[in-house]
Amino acid sequence: MTATGAPCFHCGEPIPRGLVLHARVAGRDEPVCCHGCKAVAEFITGAGLGDYYRYRDTASSRADEAPRPDRWSAYDRPELVERLTRAEPGGARSITVLLEGLRCAACSWLADKALSLQSGVLDVSVNPATARARLVWDPDKVRLGDLLRVLEHVGLRPHPLAGEPSEQVALLERRSALKRLAVAGFGSMQVMMFAVPLYFGEATGMDATMREYMRLVSMLVSIPVALYSGWPFYQGAWIALRSRSVSMDVPVSLGIVLAFVASVWHALTGQGEVYFDSVTMFVFFLSLGRYIEMIARHRAGSVADALARLAPMTARRVRDGVTEDVQAVELGVGDELLVRSGEVFAADGAVLEGDGRVDESMLTGESQATPKAPGALVHQGTLNLATPLRVRVTAVAGNTVLAGIVALLERAQAERPRLARAADRAAAWFLGRILVGAALVFAVWWFVDPARAFPATLSVLVVTCPCALSLATPTALAAATAALARRGVLVAHTDAIETLSKATHVLWDKTGTLTKGLVRIEDVRTFGSTTAEQALAWAAALEQLSEHPIARAFTASGMATGRAAEVEVHAGRGVEGSIAGHRLRIGSRSFANELARTVGAGAAGPETDDGSADSWVYLGDASGLLAAFRLTDPLRPEARDCVTGLAALGLPSEIVSGDQPGAVARIAERCGIAREAARLTPQGKLARLKELQGTGAVVVAVGDGINDAPLLRGADVAVAMGRGSALAQTSADLILVRESLDDLPHTVKLARRTQRVIRQNLSWAVTYNLAALPLAALGFVPPWLAAIGMSLSSIVVVLNAMRLSRGTVPQRRSGYPAVPGTEAA
Amino acid sequence: MEILYIMIPLGLVLVALGLWAFFWATGSGQFDDLDSPGWTVLEDDKAPPQDDPTRKEEPRP
Repeated sequence: MTATGAPCFHCGEPIPRGLVLHARVAGRDEPVCCHGCKAVAEFITGAGLGDYYRYRDTASSRADEAPRPDRWSAYDRPELVERLTRAEPGGARSITVLLEGLRCAACSWLADKALSLQSGVLDVSVNPATARARLVWDPDKVRLGDLLRVLEHVGLRPHPLAGEPSEQVALLERRSALKRLAVAGFGSMQVMMFAVPLYFGEATGMDATMREYMRLVSMLVSIPVALYSGWPFYQGAWIALRSRSVSMDVPVSLGIVLAFVASVWHALTGQGEVYFDSVTMFVFFLSLGRYIEMIARHRAGSVADALARLAPMTARRVRDGVTEDVQAVELGVGDELLVRSGEVFAADGAVLEGDGRVDESMLTGESQATPKAPGALVHQGTLNLATPLRVRVTAVAGNTVLAGIVALLERAQAERPRLARAADRAAAWFLGRILVGAALVFAVWWFVDPARAFPATLSVLVVTCPCALSLATPTALAAATAALARRGVLVAHTDAIETLSKATHVLWDKTGTLTKGLVRIEDVRTFGSTTAEQALAWAAALEQLSEHPIARAFTASGMATGRAAEVEVHAGRGVEGSIAGHRLRIGSRSFANELARTVGAGAAGPETDDGSADSWVYLGDASGLLAAFRLTDPLRPEARDCVTGLAALGLPSEIVSGDQPGAVARIAERCGIAREAARLTPQGKLARLKELQGTGAVVVAVGDGINDAPLLRGADVAVAMGRGSALAQTSADLILVRESLDDLPHTVKLARRTQRVIRQNLSWAVTYNLAALPLAALGFVPPWLAAIGMSLSSIVVVLNAMRLSRGTVPQRRSGYPAVPGTEAA
Repeated sequence: MEILYIMIPLGLVLVALGLWAFFWATGSGQFDDLDSPGWTVLEDDKAPPQDDPTRKEEPRP
């Protein structure tokens, strides 16, 4: 099905069969798939940055279109730049730019170098983990628009993040979490060092002063761990309690505080056991897990960033007959905008003039373009496909349909009902038992010996949360999260691992998940003497004015050389026009062939109907058919294996798509999926999900579009693709960064193994404590045996959890950089 | 064993020093990006073409 031969030098996508196009790179001709990639590759090597191709370990993203220099002209106006950017010392300005298409460390190297080579750039820092760059430049020497153009020239799509430096906030949050993690790590190691002699001192006879000394030193080291490193947990618990809910932080904080207070009490009075080693390790492993989670979330980005990607920051306003580029925030209701074809609407509005089609798939999920006549409403974030439209603005900023969706998601994200419910159940069960037990002990001691009631109760509370028991879950989750991150699966919410292990169904949104989500030219067949490149150039020129979604496959290739004149669109059949006097038709086979006076040799053409039901588009002139193009939204090569693999794990797949029934059925058949539903709205997808959940199913949803966001939000486990829309990613629990579907069955397997390990750990810890504590209390266990048993118990639990990170990374096919900090696990 | 009364505080001072260094490093952004600086050693130091006025005299380190 796919084209043969070498893949594109720049983006690694297959080159349409029959196309011969080369980029001149380092004195050699390298094959490329489109003019966009050609321009990018030649720009990169021309700027002396050819080393990029040696260093990178993943293919770059496809340069969908030739760079459009005028797109950034608004950023050349000083007064706009002033509002968008922050002032730095010495008259410099700074801005944070989100770089779409940044995939690996070499990409960030490329962005860094390309910018650093510009004069006037004072500082660049590119963070590949979050795909963001911070730029500091001298506005007297270089314009922001030029810098953004440079980024576009090297194949990255820059999105300047205006306004509040959310990125700065995220950076500070990461730094502070790393510091807290370090304190917990150093502290737990130190305390462990003191704990071992304390355990063994019991056996070999340590003198009482030394024992006291060791315990006090342990306490001293534990104080910063419990107070500083543990602070975020207390904060989270406080917020949860104040809003009358129970989050995961509540039992965690309770565990830390109880064990710590009891240990301090014991250390100061010199009576009873201390649990400083348990407390510090508990805090360390929990912080480690949280840290990895946070990195994943920061990478996925915030809802505000997603909005920045969707809605353009500039618009073309018409005022008193004069057209000017303005910043989107300057727009007001009643302004008149001119939106050319291929541009995104900066605000909601009503069409004043023009008759075109708009791609609203990002809002509705409908892949067919919607026709728009004067009076029709258009929405912010949607794409004008065809003729230029004059639009009267009806809503801006927070009042647009898009902003409404975003606000809805933001609220849902803040509430995260699923998470709270899961934590609630676990916490209630656990806390209930402990508190009842402690109350019983307190009551009994109150009658026996009131003076000892309080210490005894504390002991019970602490003993029910002993070292191994407290380590059982966090160590396993941290190990699994780190192992998945190394594989390129980011876990944004660790409780998803538990839910995933219980999943029973998988719902797929077809486009962008099972398929690659891009209609592209798969094959070019020419008849007679026409070359593939010539045919594509003609086709692109003809399709330039067409509003059909298929036309984008041609125009995106940037092949158009001339402009077509006398263009006539025959609805449902094709386009006719003439290029430099040459009359051409593109469309269905019969339509393209009708130009030929005689139905003769040209009509015969090679047999192109191979039953695959892909779309074929034909180009013809007066002499007959010239070329045929096969267009597909290619199926991911591993899709079928993934579906089979999931089915083998007991997870049947089902497609819920907004697409045409024919296309959906074809993909379902090729993937081996038995059940599919086509032409569903986002509400329809959600309804199907609820129906499944109503029968007790635990549903995994895989999606990539904005229209999938409600589906992902409602699913038990939401999986988004790494290159999918930012809104989908913010709704996701898991993000497949490498976009390799193989990772999904693997993740399910790992999730189940994780649950198994947690169960093993818990049962081991409970068994050990149940067996050892009464025996020890009755004096049947000598101190040296208790010491060995105590240490072994914890070590067994940690080692058992670490098994998860070993042997789970079989092949590192692409070099997605590991999440910083994951090596520590 | 009395030596421990000196050695442990000394050890804790060392830990505190290490933590201070780590805090300093974090604060100055040493851990913000752990991936791309590794690539800089691979790059050749070559002067950019002199005839291009849009570029700087020296490549930035």
